[in-house]
Amino acid sequence: MEAVRRHRGKVFPLDRDNVDTDQIIPKQFLKRVERTGFGQFVFHNWRFGNDDGESFGLDSDDYRDASILVAGENFGCGSSREHAPWALQDYGFKAIIAPSFADIFYSNALKNGIILITADRGQVKEWILCAEGGGLHLDIDLERQIVTWETGRMGFALPPHHRERLLNGWDDIALTLLLEEKIEAYEARHEA
Amino acid sequence: MEKGKTVIEKVWESHIVHQQENKPDLIYIDQHLIHEVTSPQAFEGLRLNNRKVRRPDLTYATMDHNVPTQNRTVMKDEVAKVQMETLQHNCEEFGITLADMDHPDQGIVHVIGPQLGLTQPGRTIVCGDSHTSTHGAFGALAFGIGTSEVEHVLATQTLMQERPKTMNVKVGGELAKGVTAKDLILAIISKFGVKFGTGYVIEYTGEAIRELSMEGRMTVCNMSIEGGARAGLISPDEKTVEFLRGRRHVPQGEAFEEKAAEWLAFATDADAEYDVTLEIDAQEVEPQVSWGTNPGMTVPISGNTPLLDAVENRDEVKRALQYMGLREGQPITAIEVDHVFIGSCTNSRLSDLESAADIIKGHRVKDGVRAIVVPGSFKVKLQAEELGIDEVFKQAGFEWRESGCSMCLAMNDDVVPAGGRCASTSNRNFEGRQGNGARTHLVSPEMAAAAAIEGKFTDVRKFQEKVLSQEGSFGSSS
Repeated sequence: MEAVRRHRGKVFPLDRDNVDTDQIIPKQFLKRVERTGFGQFVFHNWRFGNDDGESFGLDSDDYRDASILVAGENFGCGSSREHAPWALQDYGFKAIIAPSFADIFYSNALKNGIILITADRGQVKEWILCAEGGGLHLDIDLERQIVTWETGRMGFALPPHHRERLLNGWDDIALTLLLEEKIEAYEARHEA
Repeated sequence: MEKGKTVIEKVWESHIVHQQENKPDLIYIDQHLIHEVTSPQAFEGLRLNNRKVRRPDLTYATMDHNVPTQNRTVMKDEVAKVQMETLQHNCEEFGITLADMDHPDQGIVHVIGPQLGLTQPGRTIVCGDSHTSTHGAFGALAFGIGTSEVEHVLATQTLMQERPKTMNVKVGGELAKGVTAKDLILAIISKFGVKFGTGYVIEYTGEAIRELSMEGRMTVCNMSIEGGARAGLISPDEKTVEFLRGRRHVPQGEAFEEKAAEWLAFATDADAEYDVTLEIDAQEVEPQVSWGTNPGMTVPISGNTPLLDAVENRDEVKRALQYMGLREGQPITAIEVDHVFIGSCTNSRLSDLESAADIIKGHRVKDGVRAIVVPGSFKVKLQAEELGIDEVFKQAGFEWRESGCSMCLAMNDDVVPAGGRCASTSNRNFEGRQGNGARTHLVSPEMAAAAAIEGKFTDVRKFQEKVLSQEGSFGSSS
């Protein structure tokens, strides 16, 4: 995983609560055996599907270069598919901000080095309004844990070990394998 | 004296490999279940880093998400075929037991785990699938993980996890006749919302939970994730022990009794405390039907779709009604269906099929309704056929299929067409879940059976009164 220290980018506002991973990446794209190439399918049914592709807006000129997603409560609920953060990242999203995230999505996204920031509902609403038409850029400083934009700034707090992992780009498996003796000792204690 | 502990704390603490201040715990994983969709990239990661599978003996694989439920001799879907062959190669290369599409142990991963006795009280169980919470019915700490975590478990047999907060969902009283475990869990999610369990592990307690069969408990725990909780479990008791007795992967004979005593010791102590307790009265639960696009959007069969002026989340409700092709304030019993799906890791076990068949017997599927039954495993299918349940379904006009995830997520050919409306015993009514533009209503197997007969939602209890007055119903399993 690549280290992340800071990201500046344009906001795509997604004013919906409970966005589930079936919407982020529909099941018809889960048959691939690779980790890459999912970006083109992100939010597929909302972008290219039935009723509201145009009103969804991700493909309009306003948002084409957006790299920060600001969404409603419980973002990423439902299926554990890691294809969801893979698709968001492959599309170009580096950070997601929401009032709350679903548990499995949260850990999956962090494992891939996506910055996740929990902000209060009022602040999220304000950003969603300001971002209309592609008019909001945020500057996320992970080291100082501050978000700044044209008219304001806000501190945020990631759990220390999440922040460390993002800043250092650590590979959890490599870290765990350093503890192999502990794992062996556990197994020795528990083998019947 | 030391304070009592919950089953959640007991399982957690007995699996800690390593603890460091301000870091997640490193916990040991006793059982890793894998399937074709969320594992290929994990194995590829192992190969790229020249790593091995640490404990192939604690890993078990099957094919369920993509498998066709008819004509299995020819895989028409080339991309899905590659994914299944990839699992086959990976299992051969890394020495993992695989129940492939033609294997007698094949089935939905959350159905075969308990069936084989791989699911046991006090174990930590993970799988790259959010419905892994199902195994919590046995007092196991079981949760869904992403593919990076699948790779982590393959390589190390451990996971880095934050210690979860504990939640008690206490279900007092008794469920009324004709009201099932599925109705209970839908009512819980409808009452407390789709994120009440975020950050928690739920333990379901109370009289109504004790009274549930193991199959019913699995249905409840299965949908914990739809309430936001990664895991939901139930303290082991004598029912748990009896379900597991004689199964292939549990100790046999005297050794079983010793093991059973160990299992029962995992049950929550009388003086244990939870971070949060929520209560619901089982008596107030009616048969449920979801009307919207998440499982929290559910009402009793006697209810109506919401009125826009009466809800706080007006935009969300409006969008959901629009997607579902429904009006506000519409009676649930006025909603007509053209598809019925009985299956999925929530409701595809033998007792689910028996209960639905009890309703179906002597009736026909309404003209214009396409109804399919997809048993949860090859073994469930065989057992049902031995009891003649397949004949009841077939004579009524249902299609009787091979086992798999099927129309729950429609990765295979079992798709509801755009605009189609399905009474489904599965767990998610998200937009497009059963097919692009398809509309899903979540119900119990009995309610799905009743909808198949009438072509619209109806209170199944009116059929059950007739069943009770007749002889020759199934109901061999409790």
